[in-house]
Amino acid sequence: MISTKNLRFSYSKDKEFIFPDLYCEAGSTLLITGDSGKGKTTYLHILAGLLQPKAGQIIINKTDLVSLSEKATDAFRGKNIGLVFQKSYFIAALTVLENLEMSSWLATGKKHSKRAKKLLTQLGIENQATKLPAQLSIGQQQRVSIARALMNEPKVLLADEPTSSLDDKNAEKVIDLLTSLSKEYNAALLIVTHDNRIKEKFINKITLV
Amino acid sequence: MIAKLAWKNIWFKPLNTVLSVILLTSSVAIITTLILVEKQFEEKFSSNIEDVDLVLGAQGSPLQLILSSVYQVDSPTGNISYDSAKVWMNHPFVEKAIPLAFGDNYRGYKILGTTTDYLAKYNAKVVDGILFEKNFEVVVGAEIAQKLNLKVGDEFYGSHGDAEEGEVHDDYAYVIVGIASKTGKVVDNLILCTIPTVWQMHHEHEENPAHGEEGHIHVEGEHEHEHEHEHEEADITIDEPNMEITAVLLKIRNQMAKLTWQRVIPQNTKMQAVSPAFEVNRLFGLFGIGVTALQYLAYGIMLISGISIFIALYTTLKERESEFALLRVNGARRFQLLKIVMIESLLLCVVGFVFGSVLGRVALSMLSNASEADFKMSFDPYTFLWQKEGMLLVVTLLVGCIAALIPAIKAYHLNISKTLANA
Repeated sequence: MISTKNLRFSYSKDKEFIFPDLYCEAGSTLLITGDSGKGKTTYLHILAGLLQPKAGQIIINKTDLVSLSEKATDAFRGKNIGLVFQKSYFIAALTVLENLEMSSWLATGKKHSKRAKKLLTQLGIENQATKLPAQLSIGQQQRVSIARALMNEPKVLLADEPTSSLDDKNAEKVIDLLTSLSKEYNAALLIVTHDNRIKEKFINKITLV
Repeated sequence: MIAKLAWKNIWFKPLNTVLSVILLTSSVAIITTLILVEKQFEEKFSSNIEDVDLVLGAQGSPLQLILSSVYQVDSPTGNISYDSAKVWMNHPFVEKAIPLAFGDNYRGYKILGTTTDYLAKYNAKVVDGILFEKNFEVVVGAEIAQKLNLKVGDEFYGSHGDAEEGEVHDDYAYVIVGIASKTGKVVDNLILCTIPTVWQMHHEHEENPAHGEEGHIHVEGEHEHEHEHEHEEADITIDEPNMEITAVLLKIRNQMAKLTWQRVIPQNTKMQAVSPAFEVNRLFGLFGIGVTALQYLAYGIMLISGISIFIALYTTLKERESEFALLRVNGARRFQLLKIVMIESLLLCVVGFVFGSVLGRVALSMLSNASEADFKMSFDPYTFLWQKEGMLLVVTLLVGCIAALIPAIKAYHLNISKTLANA
């Protein structure tokens, strides 16, 4: 589960973001919506520990992420937070399976190849395991991103516009996979989006204004 | 895992990698070859002049005298009278004097008239057979015996002078009585006999018994004389008057004499006394310039390869920013990113160094074959000079470190949030 309190952030002196508090139970989903420039991605990066807020608390499983040092944040993020981005990022020189193993190794020091293969099977892309990421279609790449986000069985799964570059069919599939897998792995799922196709599907919503 | 990633990364862009490796390989190869050649060359040259303080020979180029009489690579400066040489050889300041008389060759290998002291000077022992004693008995150097497959008891005819194609002296046959042990010095490539052997071989058909190229006057029509040669004639001995030799290797007791004789001898006689150490240093000084120039060239190439690595890392850094951001997202620390970039560069350097060391040795063995054919001087490509080559490895790795420094620091300071938000 994840909750925040009084989070504030600013890139410069004249503009400050004040983010609404949020709370998301393990296994449930929360949608964060809002127009462009309202700080959706900024909020997500803060939640992931990629940006340091000016003030406030982020409690993930009783740990206050804000209070951790940078090194500890990196380690904590690797173990407890899974991230899916709008665009899929990969280590281009490694195969799909190696990409997953790398993510696990960085967080835990173990490759967990079995889990990686299981995830690829659950996402229906087990036969792409030995290909390079660039050889996959965009839809398949996004599924690999989900697999990687789930590799370390995170407490929190953060998705930044996971569907915006996908067609309707793939978008629906990705959302289905995200919700069902986050339930299965008992992770709190936070989706940042302005995609109307998925807004209706969720009840829990926060809109940034 | 980090090393594996770095390894996969460098081969993901093979063209960049190959360019850097080729540059590194060539510079390391050149330097390795130079190091090995220089070391072995100096070793060969220095080991041969041990215990030779002065060389007594005919006046002419001092360097030529040293090259011909100590290293057996050049023609002699001429001949000297044995009687006048003896005056100096028997001087109380002289600890040891080894006379040399150049005679013929056998299939390009010099036949050298001398005393058994010559073998002793090079610590060569007769491993098979006995020392030469009578005229026309020879002891064969280890390498010749091996290459020409010669055995004790074999007989052969020599060819005149130092050219393989020289006129064959078929009056007398040389008899192999011994094979010398391998020393790694010039004696391995020589056939040794007594001085009277050389005299007798050339007796009657020439005024000038010992064959320096310059001292050698070859009169047409000598062939006829040869056939009239009387084989029954008594053997010439070392006490034969009015004979000539080519040079004398002197070991001197008196330090002052080493210096003064270099001046006194040419002033008072038709001979000169030359210090081989001095001449060899002069020679090293001469081609030292060439070696230094090549070294600069090699280090220049290494600098270019460093720049090539830097450019390759720096340009791909932009495309890899998101990759690095991703690694950070997955829990990698800043330092691990720095490590990846460093390891990539160092891996290139290690690969370049290994290829370069191998290539340098291939080049050296080719060089060795050529110099073996031309100068009877071979180099061993399989020796490792840990200190110098270790230094070279350190330098190579240092180039890698410096080339990777800026890209690595940039990777270290990467702003993940910005990188991911802007993509």
